[in-house]
Amino acid sequence: MSLFFIVALPFFGALLPGLMNSAGRAATAGVTFTVTLAAFIGLLTNLPSVLAGDVVMARIDWMPLLGLNFSLMLDGLGFFFALLILGIGLLIISYGRNYLSCDDNVGQFFTYLLLFQGAMVGIVLSDNILLLLVFWELTSLSSFLLIGYWKHLPEGRQGARMALAVTGMGGLAMIGGMLMLGQIAGSYDLSVILQNRELIQADPLYVPALILILLGCFTKSAQFPFHFWLPHAMAAPTPVSAYLHSATMVKAGIFLMARMWPVLSGTPEWFVIVTTAGLITMVLGSVIALFKHNLKALLAFSTVSHLGLITMLLGTGTAFGAMAAMFHILNHATFKAALFMSAGIIDHEAHTRDIRRLGGLRKLMPITFIVASLAALSMAGIPLLNGFLSKEMMLEEANHTVLFNTPWLVPFLATIGSLFSAAYCFRLIGHVFLGPVRDDYPAKPHDPGAGLWLPPAILVVLVVVIGIAPFLAEPFVKLVTASVLGEAAEVPKAYFKIWHGLVPALYMSIVAVVGGLIMLAVFKPSLRIWDALPRPEAKVIFEAIVESVATLARAIILPLHNGAFSRYAAIAAITMVAVGYHAWSTGTIAAPTRDMQPANAVAIGGWLMLVAATAGMVMMHRNRLLSLILIGIVGLMVSVGFVFFSAPDLAMTQFTVEVVTIILLLLALNFLPNMTPIESSVLRRVRDASIAIFGGLATFALSYHYMLRDAVTAPISEFHLANSYKGGGGTNVVNVILVDFRGFDTYGEIIVLGIAALLIYALTETLLGGPVRARLLNRKPDQKRAGNQHPMMMVVLTRGIMPVVLLVGFYIFLRGHNEPGGGFIAGLIVSIAVVMQYMASGFGWASARLRYPYHGVIGAGVLIAGFTGIGSWFVGKPFLTSDFTYVRIPPFEEFELATAALFDLGVFLAVVGAVMLSLESFSRLARQAGGPESEHAMEIDPSRDDPKEQAAKEAV
Amino acid sequence: MEFLVASAIGILTAGGLYLTLRLRTFPVILGISLLTYAVNVFLFASGRLTVGAPPILTKGVEVYADPLPQALVLTAIVISFGMTAVVVMIGLGAFLGADDDHVDDQPEGDDKAAEGAQ
Repeated sequence: MSLFFIVALPFFGALLPGLMNSAGRAATAGVTFTVTLAAFIGLLTNLPSVLAGDVVMARIDWMPLLGLNFSLMLDGLGFFFALLILGIGLLIISYGRNYLSCDDNVGQFFTYLLLFQGAMVGIVLSDNILLLLVFWELTSLSSFLLIGYWKHLPEGRQGARMALAVTGMGGLAMIGGMLMLGQIAGSYDLSVILQNRELIQADPLYVPALILILLGCFTKSAQFPFHFWLPHAMAAPTPVSAYLHSATMVKAGIFLMARMWPVLSGTPEWFVIVTTAGLITMVLGSVIALFKHNLKALLAFSTVSHLGLITMLLGTGTAFGAMAAMFHILNHATFKAALFMSAGIIDHEAHTRDIRRLGGLRKLMPITFIVASLAALSMAGIPLLNGFLSKEMMLEEANHTVLFNTPWLVPFLATIGSLFSAAYCFRLIGHVFLGPVRDDYPAKPHDPGAGLWLPPAILVVLVVVIGIAPFLAEPFVKLVTASVLGEAAEVPKAYFKIWHGLVPALYMSIVAVVGGLIMLAVFKPSLRIWDALPRPEAKVIFEAIVESVATLARAIILPLHNGAFSRYAAIAAITMVAVGYHAWSTGTIAAPTRDMQPANAVAIGGWLMLVAATAGMVMMHRNRLLSLILIGIVGLMVSVGFVFFSAPDLAMTQFTVEVVTIILLLLALNFLPNMTPIESSVLRRVRDASIAIFGGLATFALSYHYMLRDAVTAPISEFHLANSYKGGGGTNVVNVILVDFRGFDTYGEIIVLGIAALLIYALTETLLGGPVRARLLNRKPDQKRAGNQHPMMMVVLTRGIMPVVLLVGFYIFLRGHNEPGGGFIAGLIVSIAVVMQYMASGFGWASARLRYPYHGVIGAGVLIAGFTGIGSWFVGKPFLTSDFTYVRIPPFEEFELATAALFDLGVFLAVVGAVMLSLESFSRLARQAGGPESEHAMEIDPSRDDPKEQAAKEAV
Repeated sequence: MEFLVASAIGILTAGGLYLTLRLRTFPVILGISLLTYAVNVFLFASGRLTVGAPPILTKGVEVYADPLPQALVLTAIVISFGMTAVVVMIGLGAFLGADDDHVDDQPEGDDKAAEGAQ
């Protein structure tokens, strides 16, 4: 099966359990098992080529320019880890099906599990280190979901957060390290990086890259001083712990160290850092584990200790060490998963996992006793079990390792670690299973169904088989070791066997086992000493660090981000002016290349009006109606300015937009207070005024300098002028740019406009559906209403003017391509004509005559514009290619037909719809407040029969 | 002429900034509108100022105003209408819902925001 499928199966399969949640526990677990099994079988189909020593590759270029390619590779090492992940995954799934209770959301659990599994498989099969980073982060995220699966437990949430924080930070460091590594090697492909050992180790960036990558590995694999998150991740359901601790998550760091072994190892830096961290972790973990009373906590610290052991072996940098590490990964995965599942069984049956409350379970749970004891003895390093073999190899390797010029240091510490390791294993067996049967268990323990004990039992069979016949595992471990070593070293010749003769490792082993038994005998007094000793609590330290960082963040963010939007605006303005000033003062300013044009009286007059209106707005902004009138003057002067500076289209647009904006603001002002009260202090106003003046000066200086200089490179405007008629068939270059050259922009813009209008409509709906409606209905107008709301003169005038305005709109639309005009302006003009009807006769009257809803008009506009664009596909041209032709239909003159006109029609409709929908929404609010409306067009209508007059007539 | 346009942009910006820093929604919306004018005129002026040469192709005429900024500003004007309408609607909705048209969080509201505002 292609490697892509193996990686993709868990991810796609993750959808199934979530969707099938209602189908029940058995079905969801079944489908999860099937998906994993499919990936597992897919992996096994690649076994022959892996055994033949080939590297299976699969590659799709994803972002080749960034060096990020979706390339996968399967060699011995990748196969080994994928086998562990999927194989133990299968056992965990069948165990989890029986372990989780009916109250748990099983579908969610298996979805998370499959996501996690997919991410892990992705890590071990990645050939591209950037891709590996993506999967690496995915494991952090999905393990966060898994650890915090029991959301109701505070320990679960805290443990998940801690795991995410620690592994996430490590991942961040690792991204830096990987990028450096890629820079040095000139490629992000592992297959290239692994070939460049000398180049990488000689580079000055080698040490920083090494440290950053190791930070990622150490956090993930819980190496000292980052070991503290792992025990807290225990709050997860036991199947998760068993999976995370045996085959996945924590093995990811180890995997990466093994993967990078050929290029990173062998230097003094690697040796000192990795071996020391591993040794400390091994000893510390085993000592703490001995004194833990919680069964899962004991196992968690033992995991920490064993990870330290493997790390130390990889740190030694010798081929034998690497081989021992690989062998121990295999053995640890088998016995640790079995032990975790056994711990879960005890917790499940006895309802406690406190060792002090257990004991004597040997008679009550014989099957669990056998399974757990064999696994624990293997962990303790008892002969004929697999743990003994790799521990022996570790001690052998330790014997040859000299750290800090002290030959006895490593062997001594390794023996101490093994001694405590044996001690906690013996304690596990002795204090949980042996001893008298008690009568105070929280629940009466008994052996569970086969669904729970079979998965660990399968693993224990492996433990025993490898332990008795190590030669069965030897070829496979050597194959894996070969792919770890790459071309950096030869696979050691040493054979796997139980009896190596009277070598130092054997004596160390004997010391460890005997010492472990003695430790157990003196457990009570040593526990008292341990409890009396002061020791740092990692969780407290971690939380103190997090709290201090959070305090710092709060101290910076809260003053800046305090909910006062005017403060944000001030900060933004000051920052922009400051940055602009910096650029201004550090850059160079070329001499002016253009002459200043003389100003005539008209221009000065317009300028004076604009300045006066703006100043008046600022001075009198408290009077809202007045400031609205003044902003109208400003808009008018801007439009006049556009006319003056040869932009007739802009002037028309600005002018019509001005009209609808003022109507809109008037509608809003209807509900708002008429005056703005004085609230800010003088100081505050001085501050704001200074910000405003500096901002104004800055834009003045920028635009003044800008206008007096020609563009540095020739602008593309010449192209548009030259091709407007030839290519676009229109003489109004602005309109041709809008509907043709940059038609795609315009298409996007009318969609944005339509969305804005729909947003306003939606907001209105929400307001009218909520408590605001009642408030509007009870609202008393703060000013006197007009006696005659719909005066006859206005009604008659707007009715008369309507066809004229529509005609003008039509004319403006048609001539747009060649003369100032076009869809935008025509749309605005037509909107104004319609709005006038609303104003004259009221909302009720006008909307009763509305034939097409405005949403539909917007939609039709966007669709017409879109289909015009798509139309060009049918003649094999790209989207929105325009075409035009000239036709002559007698008795008319020759005229032009252009597809651009159709596009412009779409623009026209979208603009009409958007403007009208916005204004209509505002008027709907007003209508709620205005009370019942008359259905007549005007209040006083002479043609309508007055009831009084009618009565008078009848009386005659 | 350039001085007049540049100073108009500066004055519009200054007025807009001052009003944007006010405490109630209505003046802030007007301030944003003033800033919109300033930005549109600035963008327009990036085509440099040309008097009496609209970009309508005519036989015998060689000099035209730069059409590109004009096209860009045209859509900007229409879009800014849509934006203003949305902002007005949000401001109005907030006022109708809470009977308060302050821009900033008010002290009697959320505790944390209140601490910051003081």
